[in-house]
Amino acid sequence: MGFILVQFLTGLASASSLFLVAAGLTVIFGVTRVVNFAHGSLYMLGAYLGWTILSALPRDPAWFALGVVLTGAGVAAIGMTIETTLLRRIYKAPELLQLLATFGVVLIVQDVVLKVWGPDDLTLPRPRWMRAFVTIADQRVPVYDLLTIAIGPLMLLGLWLLFTRTRWGTLVRAATQDREMVAALGVDQRRLFTAVFALGAGLAGIGGALALPDGSANGQMDLTVITDAFVVVVVGGLGSLPGAFLASLTIALLQAFGIVLFPKITLVLVFIVMAVVLVLRPNGLLGRPLAAARGDANTPALVRAAVPALRWLGAAVLLLAALAPLFAGPFALSVLTEMAIAMLFAASLHAMMGPGGMVSFGHAAWFGLGAYGAAFAVKGLALSMPAALIIAPAGAALAALLFGGFVVRLSGVYLAMLTLAFAQIVWAIMFQAVSVTGGDNGILGVWPAAWATDPRTYYWLTLAICTAGVLLLRRILYAPFGYALRAARDSETRAAAIGLNAAWLRLAALVMAGAAAGLAGGLTAFAKGSVFPGYVSIGRSVDALLMVLLGGVQSMAGPVAGALVYTGLFDILLMVTDLWRLVLGLSIVALVLIFPQGIAGTVHRLWLRGREA
Amino acid sequence: MHLRRRTLLATAATLAAPAIVRAQGDTPIRIGEINSYTAVPAFTLPYRNGWQLAAEHVNAAGGVLGRTIEVVSRDDAGHPPDAIRLAGELINDRKVDLLAGTFLSNIGLAIGDFALQNKKLFVAGEPLTDALVWAKGNRYTYRLRPSTYMQAAMLADDAAKLKAKRWVTVAPNYEYGQSAVKWFKQLLTERQPDVEFVGEQWPALGKIDAGATVSALAELKPDAIYNVTFGADLTNFVRQGNTRGLFDGRGVVSVLTGEPEYLLPLGEETPGGWIVTGYPVDSLTDPANKKFIDAYKAKYNELPKMGSVVGYALINSIVAGIAKAGSADTEKMADAFGGTSFETPFGPALWRGIDHQSTLGTYVGKTALKDGKPAMTDWRYVDGASALPSDAAVAKMRPA
Repeated sequence: MGFILVQFLTGLASASSLFLVAAGLTVIFGVTRVVNFAHGSLYMLGAYLGWTILSALPRDPAWFALGVVLTGAGVAAIGMTIETTLLRRIYKAPELLQLLATFGVVLIVQDVVLKVWGPDDLTLPRPRWMRAFVTIADQRVPVYDLLTIAIGPLMLLGLWLLFTRTRWGTLVRAATQDREMVAALGVDQRRLFTAVFALGAGLAGIGGALALPDGSANGQMDLTVITDAFVVVVVGGLGSLPGAFLASLTIALLQAFGIVLFPKITLVLVFIVMAVVLVLRPNGLLGRPLAAARGDANTPALVRAAVPALRWLGAAVLLLAALAPLFAGPFALSVLTEMAIAMLFAASLHAMMGPGGMVSFGHAAWFGLGAYGAAFAVKGLALSMPAALIIAPAGAALAALLFGGFVVRLSGVYLAMLTLAFAQIVWAIMFQAVSVTGGDNGILGVWPAAWATDPRTYYWLTLAICTAGVLLLRRILYAPFGYALRAARDSETRAAAIGLNAAWLRLAALVMAGAAAGLAGGLTAFAKGSVFPGYVSIGRSVDALLMVLLGGVQSMAGPVAGALVYTGLFDILLMVTDLWRLVLGLSIVALVLIFPQGIAGTVHRLWLRGREA
Repeated sequence: MHLRRRTLLATAATLAAPAIVRAQGDTPIRIGEINSYTAVPAFTLPYRNGWQLAAEHVNAAGGVLGRTIEVVSRDDAGHPPDAIRLAGELINDRKVDLLAGTFLSNIGLAIGDFALQNKKLFVAGEPLTDALVWAKGNRYTYRLRPSTYMQAAMLADDAAKLKAKRWVTVAPNYEYGQSAVKWFKQLLTERQPDVEFVGEQWPALGKIDAGATVSALAELKPDAIYNVTFGADLTNFVRQGNTRGLFDGRGVVSVLTGEPEYLLPLGEETPGGWIVTGYPVDSLTDPANKKFIDAYKAKYNELPKMGSVVGYALINSIVAGIAKAGSADTEKMADAFGGTSFETPFGPALWRGIDHQSTLGTYVGKTALKDGKPAMTDWRYVDGASALPSDAAVAKMRPA
């Protein structure tokens, strides 16, 4: 009995910590609709900055509290800088471009933290009061846990009062409901957004500083915390603070008791919770359906086929690519092979999120299933490489078909997060089923068939398959099916009125995208000679998202351009500089500012400006 | 689009230019080195210092076979596919004579398999997975550090002396944690048949829920604890364990915890009396260690870490192998490395011919607080050769 009580208290303390981070994220999303990928970075900055500040202060509780507040203010100032210099310039860009920008910030912050604070984990010495405990039912419970338990609900109460009992809070809530209306009534939205972003950043900073007594400031905490925070926000219902609190409680308590019963469940528990909640409650525990933002960027223009000049350019690039083995060395070919595969992978995601209107945060699931499918086919079933390259897309498509039914009922970020949950569950299986998949050591020796071992042959094969795949996707999306899909995206009601079944259309698009991504995964398995759980990881999903957003969602050439630029940039930077994260992050930020519609979108717009005037 | 890429490549060429200039000259022996510099900086940055120091020493002493050595280094970002691409770049474009390095086990294995496919020598520094030289071992792959099995074997003797019956384990939830627990259970049971493993915890790497993990372990009322967590997870685990009294009156055996990388962040919370493997850098006085520590301090103005030793020994072990082969030819090196002895800061070690594992050992001792700082006491050096299974057992595990 005593144990259960203590474990319950421990769970409550973890819930409070989770809520602190998630609260900032949900506030920012609710008002600005920015999917702030850099929230984990703000948390990490809170830990490092908190370490610097708290190390300099006396160790009494009052000074500690002051130090935490100062840290919060410092991180809020950083958040304000990010908002005013970067995000403010791209609110008018298509949704999710902000995600790309904040990802650039993540990379920049990683290198800045390494340069400023060094590579070692930093720990704050704990004075006696932080190490104190009380004995409850013969078990020790840390006093700091009890403090943390109190801070969570207090923070919830404070935020609730702020949002419901102040004029500022009322305006923020109004902006959450209808941004344009608030603007029309003469409220300066820009200042409101800046303040909200600073508040969210400050909460993340406080969360980071409060985590110090239980651990360390380290360079991995940004990415560890961001997924959990997203899960909490989504499970709770986007923008809902009580929802986030409830979700934190649910997840932390399930975790505290789950690890007692099933010690190995740690990798996947939160994602199972998220999947179950989203299947049962498509808008999270306490979320409401999102009111669509009105006007400007969110009603995309009709996608038209490329102008002849662009087609000629594409043909010329393709010709050049086909001739590449005549003058490029083996290493250049391996980069080109990766680029070709990235092109297909990005195009497959684009088919889903552009015309299909389904943003996916877990597109790596299909890529990884394809890669593992190919590896199992050659290593387990002793099949040939061509057979494996058929099994790869087929397997991924089958999984997409089975899982897609749950996905297509949802929309927006909820849909994106359900795909993420599925990808993470697949990842955990690949990671944990060591006897079948080799765990994180992966499956080795998946080299191409003898006739394709020459890098040139394999490159030509890859180029042919990927180009054909991309052109086929393009063909399908310009066929009546593609137009029907876009109709269902732009207005589900009107599409239904003319007899289109939106759910089936989306499911078909998902299966098609899954198959194409699976094929890309299969090709990667042979290009690298091995498969790893990393192929199903969040990082891989984010790569796909970056490529599509960088290139531009609103054109078929976008993902291709994005894939080539991103892969090329990453491969070269990794080779030439230690500070590749900084340079890549700055490049992404610069590209976002220069090409707010994505590379292809902006080029297209400039092209039109000269002609339609 | 077209223009952009060309600009990009031009920029890249400018950035890479110094390396190209440096690469010309009197054909040095080139070592292509790959490691997770940005993903695991706490280990790999001291490691880089280590190999840079070694390369300086080797070249100052006239190089090897009359040629200088040059290390061409790459960051793999912690991703096996990137590591494989960079291995290709090093071999094909930089024309390196052999590959070396890596930290993460999956990357070590991937490069090992790549080395077999491309018939190039690969000398792994840090990856601990047993598969690298046993189940997935191959002609072209050698590994320096004591493996997971060896670490467990070194600890099992002292663990048996605790005469504890009820054990619990806590390990990160991936292959390294799983093998470390598997071997420890097996080796301890061999030494102490009445031992009982009553529970285990598998926190996700980097995401330990320390409070819940600690109280779940305490609830099992164990006599002793076997810990495999490290880095940030270890710090969280130790802090919760201290407050909640998990370690009071219990023996704790812990892998790698004595390495400065993982021990120093524990600070004044370092629990006393844990039996650990590690590197007692502040109390080593024998000539080989002292010479290395002094040289390192003189150059970098800080004490070396375990990574520094690995980096330094890695270069020495490669140079010794090349000297014995009499050439940087891959096949000659693959044959000659086996049986070659080399100097390390820890003393002489040997490349084993039977499985390409080196006999570099490590220190086993107890954690303690010395003047408020974490340290290792009662340590002894355990030679890697004494922590390996019999040749017959090894031969059975390696593919023909």
